[in-house]
Amino acid sequence: MPRLLFEKKGNAVWISHLDLMRVFQRSFKRAGLSLTHTQGFNPRPSVSIALPLSVGVESCCEILDFDLEGEPVPYEEIQARLNEALIAGVRVLQVYDNGAKLKNLAYLHCNVILEYDQSVPNGTLTAIRALFASETVIVPKKTKTNGIQDQNIIPMIRSLDVRQAGEKELILDSVVCCQNPTLNPMQLYLAIERYLPECKADFVRCCRLEIFDLNSEVFR
Amino acid sequence: MTDLLQRLLPTVQKPARYTGGEFNETQKNKADVRVRVAFCFPDTYEIGMSNVGMRILYGVMNQMNGVWCERVFTPWADMEQAMAEHKLPLWALESQDPVKDFDMIAFTIGYEMCYTNILNMLRLAGIPLHASERKGLKNIVFAGGVCAFNPEPMADFIDFFALGEGEEITVEIVSLYDKAKAEDWSKEQFLQEVSHIPGVYVPSFYHHTYHNDGTIAEIKPRDGAPVKVTKRIVENLDEAYFPTKMIVSSTEIVHDRANLEVFRGCIRGCRFCQAGFSCRPVRKKSPEVLFRQAVDTLEDSGHNEITLSSLSTSDYRHLKELTDAIIPYCANHKVNLSVPSLRADNFSRDLMQKLQTLRKSGLTFAPEAGTQRLRDVINKNLTEDEIISSCAKAFEGGWNNVKLYFMLGLPTETDEDVLGIADLVYKVIQTWKEHASNKKRGLRVHVATAYFVPKPHTPFQWEKQITPEEYLRRCRLLKDHFYSKSIEYNYHTPDISRLEAVTARGDRRLGAVIEAAARNGAKLDGWDEYFSYQAWLDAFAECGIDPDFYTVRGFREDEILPWDTVDVGVSKSFLMRERKQAYAGMVTPDCRHSCSGCGANALLQEVECDA
Repeated sequence: MPRLLFEKKGNAVWISHLDLMRVFQRSFKRAGLSLTHTQGFNPRPSVSIALPLSVGVESCCEILDFDLEGEPVPYEEIQARLNEALIAGVRVLQVYDNGAKLKNLAYLHCNVILEYDQSVPNGTLTAIRALFASETVIVPKKTKTNGIQDQNIIPMIRSLDVRQAGEKELILDSVVCCQNPTLNPMQLYLAIERYLPECKADFVRCCRLEIFDLNSEVFR
Repeated sequence: MTDLLQRLLPTVQKPARYTGGEFNETQKNKADVRVRVAFCFPDTYEIGMSNVGMRILYGVMNQMNGVWCERVFTPWADMEQAMAEHKLPLWALESQDPVKDFDMIAFTIGYEMCYTNILNMLRLAGIPLHASERKGLKNIVFAGGVCAFNPEPMADFIDFFALGEGEEITVEIVSLYDKAKAEDWSKEQFLQEVSHIPGVYVPSFYHHTYHNDGTIAEIKPRDGAPVKVTKRIVENLDEAYFPTKMIVSSTEIVHDRANLEVFRGCIRGCRFCQAGFSCRPVRKKSPEVLFRQAVDTLEDSGHNEITLSSLSTSDYRHLKELTDAIIPYCANHKVNLSVPSLRADNFSRDLMQKLQTLRKSGLTFAPEAGTQRLRDVINKNLTEDEIISSCAKAFEGGWNNVKLYFMLGLPTETDEDVLGIADLVYKVIQTWKEHASNKKRGLRVHVATAYFVPKPHTPFQWEKQITPEEYLRRCRLLKDHFYSKSIEYNYHTPDISRLEAVTARGDRRLGAVIEAAARNGAKLDGWDEYFSYQAWLDAFAECGIDPDFYTVRGFREDEILPWDTVDVGVSKSFLMRERKQAYAGMVTPDCRHSCSGCGANALLQEVECDA
């Protein structure tokens, strides 16, 4: 199955995972590329996105597997035709074959950006570093069964660096587990809110920068 | 720093509906734009984006040089609250600019219960609600859509209405505005000029006076405004503008598919149906043009479903030719074809069989009334035999799910008619027992009854609405006669249908009520989660207006009706004749069988009525 790497930016970040699948299905159709369909009772075009992206999160390292029927089309052409047919904010960066096995996808490099409308409060940087240097940081996590479970997020953080970007912004630059177990990067901020209420930001956003396999090699 | 809207988006449900940026949205360079139109749909994005009329007019306006039309929808309550808390004014999707910056503000109104949404959208935009409070040419508010056929309840708020189909009139109106803006006209001067465009109704040019009993004494036009304004139609649909490059929503909408309108008008004449009369005359579209538009639309949009729409698709003369062409195309391109509004005739049954090879759809009948007598009264030409034989075929083919829709409170209805519904449902169940090919899954019969709302421009426009108490009694009577576990019976609560009846046949005095209701918090009235009957009842009390005046009172035939200024093509004498026929229990044959002389053909100059 061929694979494509794409980015999701701008207002497209507000499109949900399921809606994005539909956007791609239609874009393939518009591009004159016919997808194979699943064989079930209700045949669906075969596209699947590796790591569902939360609404509102920007990314430049999304992976989508697809399968075309009919005569093979060169990958550069698929990329060009799809980018003609896609919407603003979603762009195919690369189309390739022999992608790595999805089960080896392990780590995510992400940034969580904290915006402070006045200015970053004094001591925030130190306090955040200290927080993530501790052995346990418990953050409540919603479970699929609608319950809430406390979870220690420290074991799921591979690395975390905090830096100030201008007077009003802090960036948590982190590598976290993204599969078995998964840490939603927004949990990093929830920890700050819980343990360091005085460091609460006015707005927080998040972006995915790169994904890695178990050996910390870039995942493709 | 992230801007305010981007900060609010993570806090609301389905944020993608507020950002625009979909495939095929129109962006223009502001420097080249002379007239900016905020095209407002007074309901949510999911509903508004499913509206074909809006898509057509969006395309029509954006085709015009120097004109940029953008979309605005009603924000859901969570967003409305966030906007209020952060003082963020209502914006248009394409440019994200505040609606207040626009020259023209257009509304399309398809449902009376959207009236409070219109007021809320104006309020959220920071635009004065009353037409009289908006002094300049900027922010001129106009409206169209089926509700404009009785414009009076919104007369206080809308500067002018465009009646009928908008493909041509909209261009004329916006071009005139372009000129007015360039020449710096006053609003009064513009309204004078725009009122000369056929199909434009300027409510402030008409003075309404009332008798002591509350009925209208006189409607007096001033300054040469026409006594009657006749709706506009497009005569040649093959040549009419049709947008094959439609906006494809990035987020799921109600009708998430391509939509092809096969013809306009209706030959049937069901006496309760407003669209059936107000959309006349019948105008055809050729199957060749339709097929080409279907292919163009599908290829451009990438949709995997297309629907053939009209008021009664079985009555499209070239349905066979069209489907013969379109079905193989859809099969080859893995596109689902859906054909709603089919009648229970033989051809339609064969067509359903063919469509089933693509995907199995539901089986829905709208007999509207339980006995043949009452179906004759309302001129619903659907017989029990047709329903039962269609059900038998469908059950043999493996269907085990039927929906049946009825109305309660129709003119001349008795308990016998109500119980006739139970009989009919019982017969459907018997038919299933005799014909079902697979009984393992059991049968589901969904029965729904609606509370009859008399509508303007129909033969029932003078009728009384039964009281809510009586409606509920009939619902319970029916419910008590449903014995089978296969039946799922739903009836609408009477509250919203009562308000619909008031607003559908309301006069100018209702403006104050709608305004008060909106002030009392009425919004998203079409949505169960927000509908507040009390907000409306309080509004009636505040304004000293009795809703019964518009509902259970009924209108006299010699009374001046609030919508008498509007001519939809069908004559009042024809409607009266049809009303007499109804009371005599006489059916009127469909227009193709013989012309019933409704008068709508007089709207045509180039082509003949295609009934």
